Amino acid sequence: MDFHLTNEQLMLRKMYRDFAENEVKPLAEEIDEEERFPMETVEKMAKLGMMGIYFPKEYGGAGGDVLSYAMCVEELAKVCGTTAVIVSAHTSLCCAPIFEHGTEEQKRKYLPDLLSGKKIGAFGLTEPGAGTDASGQQTTAVLEGDHYVLNGSKCFITNGNVADTFVVFAMTDKKAGNHGISAFIVEKDFPGFSQGKHEKKMGIRGSSTCDLIFEDCIVPKENLLGKEGKGFKIAMMTLDGGRIGIAAQALGLGEGAVNEAIKYTKERVQFGKRLSQFQNTQFQLADMHTRMQAAQFLVYSAACKKQLHEDYSMDAAMAKLFAAEAASDVTRRAVQLFGGYGYTREYPVERMMRDAKITEIYEGTSEVQRMVISSHLGVK
Amino acid sequence: MKIIVCVKQVPDTSGKVAVNPDGTLNRASMQTITNPDDMNAVEAALKIKDETGCKVIVVTMGPPPAAGMLRELMAMGADEGYLVSAREFGGSDTYATSQIVAAAVNKIGVEKDDIILCGRQAIDGDTAQVGPQIAEKLHLPQVTYAADIKKDGDTITVKRMLEDGYMTIKVKTPCLLTCIKELNEPRYMSVGGVFEAYSKPLTTLDYEALKDDPLIDATTIGLKGSPTNILTSFTPPQKGAGMMLEGNDMATCEKLAGILAKKHII
Repeated sequence: MDFHLTNEQLMLRKMYRDFAENEVKPLAEEIDEEERFPMETVEKMAKLGMMGIYFPKEYGGAGGDVLSYAMCVEELAKVCGTTAVIVSAHTSLCCAPIFEHGTEEQKRKYLPDLLSGKKIGAFGLTEPGAGTDASGQQTTAVLEGDHYVLNGSKCFITNGNVADTFVVFAMTDKKAGNHGISAFIVEKDFPGFSQGKHEKKMGIRGSSTCDLIFEDCIVPKENLLGKEGKGFKIAMMTLDGGRIGIAAQALGLGEGAVNEAIKYTKERVQFGKRLSQFQNTQFQLADMHTRMQAAQFLVYSAACKKQLHEDYSMDAAMAKLFAAEAASDVTRRAVQLFGGYGYTREYPVERMMRDAKITEIYEGTSEVQRMVISSHLGVK
Repeated sequence: MKIIVCVKQVPDTSGKVAVNPDGTLNRASMQTITNPDDMNAVEAALKIKDETGCKVIVVTMGPPPAAGMLRELMAMGADEGYLVSAREFGGSDTYATSQIVAAAVNKIGVEKDDIILCGRQAIDGDTAQVGPQIAEKLHLPQVTYAADIKKDGDTITVKRMLEDGYMTIKVKTPCLLTCIKELNEPRYMSVGGVFEAYSKPLTTLDYEALKDDPLIDATTIGLKGSPTNILTSFTPPQKGAGMMLEGNDMATCEKLAGILAKKHII
């Protein structure tokens, strides 16, 4: 795998960094503290094409590639985990399944507004009783004439309170198990649809997370995404792509923590020496950087494979598993290097540590990633 | 209608400034950026492009890597780039540089409704001479220190920001304006813009391309043609810490007035 970035990718990295440093970093502490969704940042990102990076221009995308998208999430996460996941969930979990599984009519109807960032997207799979066991869907969809009627609820939906367009999964045939799940494109104004209260979280506190409630929700028949009964497959394929985004988020969080720790340990003096002069600090930072560098190879590799339409399912799982666990470890070590100050909200590393934890949980826990990887290895 | 923006790649002085033993800047070891005032000029041009749909051309004189900067400006929205680059041009001071850049602008061609924009001054030399000299060489009217630009047909209304106030001037196109940071907030490159940047035209103008222009004369370009010689450059000593007076009573005020009077400030 060749990781010599193209001129365009190098230029984009510079642009993402400038944007993250000037527009995202100054808000990171505030949106975490106030649990406030940074709509003003989303509007700025939309203008710059960051809400539809790897989709074709004919649908309103920026005409880029998957690695350029992963690099965007990575650079945002270096300074703000919240902003990174907003882009990731919108892109990977809503825009991607519509682009990859939608009819031409659905793509023309929904993608221009989503990819230009005029509308925000979300994904509704998880239910109170169907987390890692996504096949245990209780939400139902019954075809009645020219529309489906959806009943049930979804939980922990990223971008839930702010999204306009949702890709939602429901059982159209309960007896058929996984093969009875179908996917739908739901608009927030559809009758019978409502969003629940904001979930209070440990990290990524500026991101919107809520329940979705369907009470005799009317979804036009033409909003069925893919074929009836193919929803589980669509969900799993979507999550494969989503894992690249979350792996990139974890990667950025870990890298951001390394950057902060390098800066701090070069300034902080104890026992008459800068912390960076102690061998423990040097070894810690060497290990932390090495872990994140290894994570970057895995994330970029998975992104390149997706771009080339190669089978990237195991690569995405390995990238997410490794990057998430590395991010949790590295951010925790960064807090330790900061000592007492690291535990306070005066410095960003405690936020990074809180933000990193979720990357081991959402879009498939680390345990699920191990299941995916081992099944690809044929270990049963 | 088109807008030609003259830009310069400069060392990023927010990082470490490296100086060679002979006193000249060690440019090779420093990161480069587009000169900040030039970014304001580019943004001004792009704003007019947003309103009128005109063409924006960016021109720079510098070594081949400066092409990367032109691509970035194209990713912001400029339509075309010209890199003026040749051994013969190396070592030019502001006088020689303005001759060469003016010749490049001549080559591109200035029409009746065109505007040429420059940044006020570059952060490496801080002379603020190249823009005005280009205007002189091209026999164009010039307005410096533009803090606001309004275009109405062939009339440009420019608000100049001076040390002691503002001056509003109306000028007819074609003309040259130099821009200051108060003019606008430069936009970011866009993702779509980045993917388009490398398919936009970028032309290199070397000595051969410009040598027939009357402005290009071996005695007025490059190091030999530069009347300015830098004897030495150095990092000035850091200023000492300021003095802080606390209190809002008469005695403190009198003390402050006394210090200022002693320094002949009041």
